[in-house]
Amino acid sequence: MGNMRYLLNGLWKENPTLVLVLGTCPTLAVTTAAMNGLGMGAATTFVLVFSNLFIALLKNLIPDKVRIAAFVVIIASFVTIVDLTMKAFTPGLYAALGVFIPLIVVNCIILGRAEAFAQKNKPIPAILDGIGMGIGFTLALTIMGAVREILGNGSIFDIKLVSESTKTIIIFILPPGAFFTYGYFIAIKNRLSANK
Amino acid sequence: MDYINIIILALFVNNVVLAQFLGICPFLGVSSKVETSLGMGAAVIFVMALANFVTYMIYFFILKPLNIEFMQTISFILVIAFLVQVVELILKKAAPSLYQALGIYLPLITTNCAVLGIAILAVKENYNMVMSVVYASAIAVGFTIALILMAGIREQMENTGYPKGMKGFPISLITAGLLSLAFMGFSGLVK
Repeated sequence: MGNMRYLLNGLWKENPTLVLVLGTCPTLAVTTAAMNGLGMGAATTFVLVFSNLFIALLKNLIPDKVRIAAFVVIIASFVTIVDLTMKAFTPGLYAALGVFIPLIVVNCIILGRAEAFAQKNKPIPAILDGIGMGIGFTLALTIMGAVREILGNGSIFDIKLVSESTKTIIIFILPPGAFFTYGYFIAIKNRLSANK
Repeated sequence: MDYINIIILALFVNNVVLAQFLGICPFLGVSSKVETSLGMGAAVIFVMALANFVTYMIYFFILKPLNIEFMQTISFILVIAFLVQVVELILKKAAPSLYQALGIYLPLITTNCAVLGIAILAVKENYNMVMSVVYASAIAVGFTIALILMAGIREQMENTGYPKGMKGFPISLITAGLLSLAFMGFSGLVK
């Protein structure tokens, strides 16, 4: 039961997107649609869980001085796996996410968790932390994607909610909309947390 | 003509921060003073141009002939990290005054996703070597422009009132959104 707190930590209290404000680049870039947010979240979660696991397993073998370089190699290997897998099985999503798939390697969340958590803990908590953080990231991205898709395109997960002739607020699927939506999301989260 | 196109596109239309969302972390983190933004910008211009040159060499003279393009992500990130360290060492020895000015910003650049992102994009666009370096420099100048604009606005904002709940990241993000909106006006410049 004690392990559950590692899992829940990333969902709300230390949500990587809304509280730690890490991994901002993919958050802003891919949330033009709910599906893209979900795909990006899933890819990042995969890398996060496996890099956390391997770093926790190998932590005694990695010399302290070169640990960052070693972490980066481990992370980059899993990113390459995700990159090739998505290219083969989900070409549409792969094209939509574009350069941000290889860029998972420099997503601060992953190196941040490796440095702050995985290298100090046993494999099981490290996996749970990865899953929790990953789900927290995925949820934030999917909800942001959904809000932007509904407002900007009048649809959710590609299902049209309004008729073709309805004018939508296109600005929300353009770059400025990303900044506005993210800004209000953090403000709302701060407000909700402050009320407790 | 091609070069002018690339430069205007990179500087304004596809501004790296405001339109492509690369390098947001330093954009939000460093840009609270105009002076530090200038230092960071100079360091990024230097590293980005160099990184694109080196990654171009690696991709077209090592990865491509050996048919191991899938190693791109791993090799590029290691090369960039290594490059930043080397630049730091060389500057320390050869140009101490420049090192003093840029020194503290250099380690931060490894985690700047714009450097890796632009290297990958340049390869994807099939730019030749000169184009790739010109592209990277223009992108980095665009980054600096965005950083300085943001810092200027933030310095002014310290003296004005805004809702307490928006303090910190929310107000920065909304400011960035308005900047991005303004930059969208450039989109008609180049076909």
